[in-house]
Amino acid sequence: MERKIILGIFKDEQDILGAVKATRDSGYDIYDVYTPYAVHGLDKAMGLKPSKLTYVCFFFALLGLLTAIIAQFWIGSIDWPLNVGGKPFNSLPAYLPVAFELTVLFGGLGVVFVMLARTRLFPGKKERVVHPRITDDRFVLALEVRDAVTEEATVKSLWDKYSVEEIQQIWEAAS
Amino acid sequence: MSMHFSVLRKPIIHGEKTLAQVTTDVARPLETRPTILWWVAFLTSFSVLVIGVAAVTYQIMTGIGTWGLNKTVGWAFDITNFVFWVGIGHAGTLISAILFLFRQRWRTSINRSAEAMTIFAVMCAGIFPLIHLGRPWLFFWIAPYPNMRGPLWVNFRSPLLWDFFAISTYFTISLVFWYIGLMPDMATLRDRAKSKIKKAVYAFMSFGWDGSTRTWQRYETVYLLLAALATPLVLSVHSIVSMDFATSVIPGWHSTIFPPYFVAGAVFSGFAMVLTLMIIARKVLNYEEYITIDHIEKMCKIVLVTGGIVALSYLIEIFMAWYSVNEYERFVFLNRALGPYAWAFWTMITCNVLIPQLLWFKKIRRSLVIVFIISIFVNIGMWFERFVIIVTSLHRDFLPSSWVMYKPTIIEIATLAGSFGLFFTCFLLFVRFIPFIAIGEVKGVLNYGKNK
Repeated sequence: MERKIILGIFKDEQDILGAVKATRDSGYDIYDVYTPYAVHGLDKAMGLKPSKLTYVCFFFALLGLLTAIIAQFWIGSIDWPLNVGGKPFNSLPAYLPVAFELTVLFGGLGVVFVMLARTRLFPGKKERVVHPRITDDRFVLALEVRDAVTEEATVKSLWDKYSVEEIQQIWEAAS
Repeated sequence: MSMHFSVLRKPIIHGEKTLAQVTTDVARPLETRPTILWWVAFLTSFSVLVIGVAAVTYQIMTGIGTWGLNKTVGWAFDITNFVFWVGIGHAGTLISAILFLFRQRWRTSINRSAEAMTIFAVMCAGIFPLIHLGRPWLFFWIAPYPNMRGPLWVNFRSPLLWDFFAISTYFTISLVFWYIGLMPDMATLRDRAKSKIKKAVYAFMSFGWDGSTRTWQRYETVYLLLAALATPLVLSVHSIVSMDFATSVIPGWHSTIFPPYFVAGAVFSGFAMVLTLMIIARKVLNYEEYITIDHIEKMCKIVLVTGGIVALSYLIEIFMAWYSVNEYERFVFLNRALGPYAWAFWTMITCNVLIPQLLWFKKIRRSLVIVFIISIFVNIGMWFERFVIIVTSLHRDFLPSSWVMYKPTIIEIATLAGSFGLFFTCFLLFVRFIPFIAIGEVKGVLNYGKNK
């Protein structure tokens, strides 16, 4: 089966925001929107749910904290108790700086790796550029439709209000 | 009220730029041949770097005896340089993380270059403790890993070990934060690149970025999270650096004011360095409409505030020395101001306390030449601050028969020069190969202050 996608190319942030809202209100399924920069409020307009990466970050940060605390107590008090100036072996305050650093390190690296995996970005990935100026000054709305030929007219009248520059159709082999 | 509103929200980027103009303007230095000026600057920095490498090589082959250290002054030039460079780095993270959390949208014009500065400064800083080890090839002994020596673990109650964790975490997170911010711009350059090699390199570095909103949404989430993590991180780094001193019992070091005092000093010196670099870069690279005079003025205000905190810390330290009725503490501060290193102390006071007061005047904050000169003074003053803290606390210890003077050797001076060589070589390469301004972020603030 093939997927039929209509691309609407817009020139302005306000136009793409309006077009996305109008298209969703007309009951269409938005495949994706491509923009040269993060347009404020576009994810809400598309109806995307807030990212769960926050929880991922919290999980990794907690992992870092626990790793550091457990490792330091085990090393400093059990495996190799080293007497430094007669101070206690199990002194939590002295372990806090390293615990904090590892919390940040694990949290930061963890969430970045999960983000890259989730968005399928990796070095050497073959990019799929929907429009040659998508990273410059064009905004592209990709719409999945059942019948591209008949629906193009409806969509065009909808998008003309937001001064759509061009409409393209693409067929993509469904994966 | 509406009038006030429009006064507050002045456009951040001047010159009524379109999106495409932003792309072309920022990409221009990367797509043209380097100028003669760039070559002169690059070759100079690189030569200085080579001198530094030679000095460090000689020092490693011969030993720490090539430095001017002695039995009384065991820390001096090297640690001064270390603290100086770590401090420089702090402005970059402040701009990229703290100003981001405070929604200071003017940061978008300067965050990329300031973060690059952070990374290079932390690289320079890292060299100094490494060569101070004496046997730097055994540096990995500082990492806690299971080994055949017991296992003999590191001492987790030592601030020097905390330092290792703090600096390496700081470097890693700064680098990742910077690179994540860079991915969309790499895609922009990829789609503009004419030559095949350039396109391939930028495509590789862009991680296949396609501008999808689903990606942007997660990207923004991660950016916010990294900013939230980097904010306490940057405060922790110089706090931990200060604990290298504060946890000792040396008069002049043994003080609870050190962490906030060092952090403020770090931001102070870092912003001075950002100003030094930006005032040149905006002119040379033709970015005057992006890094505007308003940006310079705002940074001057941060320099003024943090300089004020630094000045207050100096006062409190001196007051506490008197108020503590501790004769050693009192002696250290009298010795700083009146002893054989008084010249260094008064250089510090002049550069860090007196000269920055000029920034109270709006006319001066908006005069590029004067701001540039002040920023150089602050850089010098903050280097001397660390020198004063370290050397004057040590050179006259509890036993007058062991009082000595410390003088840096030519090797130490060449090493400091070499670190500047490394810093500027990296920075000049950065200017040639990576967009100096975050294209994607600046596009997001183009409409700021316009009636739309």
